[in-house]
Amino acid sequence: MLSIIKSIWVVLSHTFTKTTTRQYPEERPELSPRYRGRIVLTRDPDGEERCVACYLCSSVCPVDCIALEAAEDSRGRRFPKSFRINFSRCIYCGLCEEACPTLAIQLTPDFEMAEYKRANMVYEKEDLLISGTGKAPGYNYYRVAGLAIFGKDKGQAIGEKAPVDIHSLLP
Amino acid sequence: MNQEVSLLWAIMMPIIALLLPLTMGAMLIWGERRLLAVWQDRLGPNRVGPFGLLQVVADAIKMFFKEDWIPPFADKKVFILAPAIIISTILASFSLVPWTPELLVFDSSVGLLIFFALSSLGTYSIALAGWSSHNKYALLGSMRSVGQMVAYEVFMGLSLMGIVAKTGSFRLIDIVDAQSAGWNIFSQILGFGVFYTAALAETHRLPFDLPEAESELVAGFHSEYSGLKFGMFFVGEYMGITLMSAMMTVLFFGGWHGPFLPPFLWFMIKTCLLIASFILIRAALPRPRVDQLIIFGWRVLLPLSLVNLMLTALLVII
Repeated sequence: MLSIIKSIWVVLSHTFTKTTTRQYPEERPELSPRYRGRIVLTRDPDGEERCVACYLCSSVCPVDCIALEAAEDSRGRRFPKSFRINFSRCIYCGLCEEACPTLAIQLTPDFEMAEYKRANMVYEKEDLLISGTGKAPGYNYYRVAGLAIFGKDKGQAIGEKAPVDIHSLLP
Repeated sequence: MNQEVSLLWAIMMPIIALLLPLTMGAMLIWGERRLLAVWQDRLGPNRVGPFGLLQVVADAIKMFFKEDWIPPFADKKVFILAPAIIISTILASFSLVPWTPELLVFDSSVGLLIFFALSSLGTYSIALAGWSSHNKYALLGSMRSVGQMVAYEVFMGLSLMGIVAKTGSFRLIDIVDAQSAGWNIFSQILGFGVFYTAALAETHRLPFDLPEAESELVAGFHSEYSGLKFGMFFVGEYMGITLMSAMMTVLFFGGWHGPFLPPFLWFMIKTCLLIASFILIRAALPRPRVDQLIIFGWRVLLPLSLVNLMLTALLVII
């Protein structure tokens, strides 16, 4: 009997507690920068595509929602000829972002992706590619990687030592 | 002129007395959800209209335009009759409620007895609804309901006999007037406790909503009902709460008596607070088992109401 009265009293005392409801369309949730929402393809600080079409993201994707085709431009730089993410399949796990060696593919704090037609959930490359650097400002894969590419030879990357002549025994 | 006014009042008064519970019952659809939300730290419906008040209209429109489906295996006549019974008995009961000395449709010298008779008739609605549905869950629900009603009806009446003995009348107006000096709740606290519990069971509100226990019986006795017929049960439940709260106001809280404010307002304030207490109990308490409910009724509440009656009788004699 006492416990009944006690529980009624506890519930009654909640008249004066704050509601936990957030009125979503008016009251926006504060999402952290690391929130796993809509996926974008970023560019490096020079404004060129970061993606080197290595297929790691599409391989690691547990629901196989990423599809791309690799191509190479006149400078020998790889890039995706097409890049397609089917967001009606995507589970926003972020494994593609972890797998990406060039920090090209990134998840953003945006979840408002509702569409009236299912086909509109398929994002093509022009929908995914943004003009900025996303979460990795100043990072340029080609400048730090020891890969020889047009206009940059081995040993010329930032922080990279000149290549060692392995046929020489001198220290 | 005066005669015309009284004639107009004689026509308008029953209409007002009829519309009042209907409006209150309908508003409770919104009111209950908002109050439950307050006690569960939510907001409740607040999108339609100011404070979500038009939610009632939205729900009513939804109910009207839903398919009113009668299952082919149901007993069609009884199936249609059942929801009509609950609404008509509750509305008939409201004719006995003295909202104010003037706003009273049927001033009977045995008002309290008629009230008991009508509230017992309401059981038929649920029993018939469950029976005619030809659905095991509906039947189980209505069986529970009948067991619960039989158990709780007995001392629901007995718990009020103390008041009758004290007032010396079954007329509700007399009972209200006898409380102008002091409310019955102070002298009849035991009777109030028993009547309140019985009222919860009578309106099958949580924690005594065994006839429609969602977690066990789908929707209980109204599993097969849809559209407007379901709406009748739905609004019937809310009107039942309003009726019980109004009756408690009349019997225990001095009806329209109160300082400063007009009588009608006093009645409304008391009734609304009691309705809120019904909803608070819903928010706070879990549902007992069937056997616990019945045993609690027969072994605890029945003796309590008898003790209350005997004590009151002793006091009246002395």
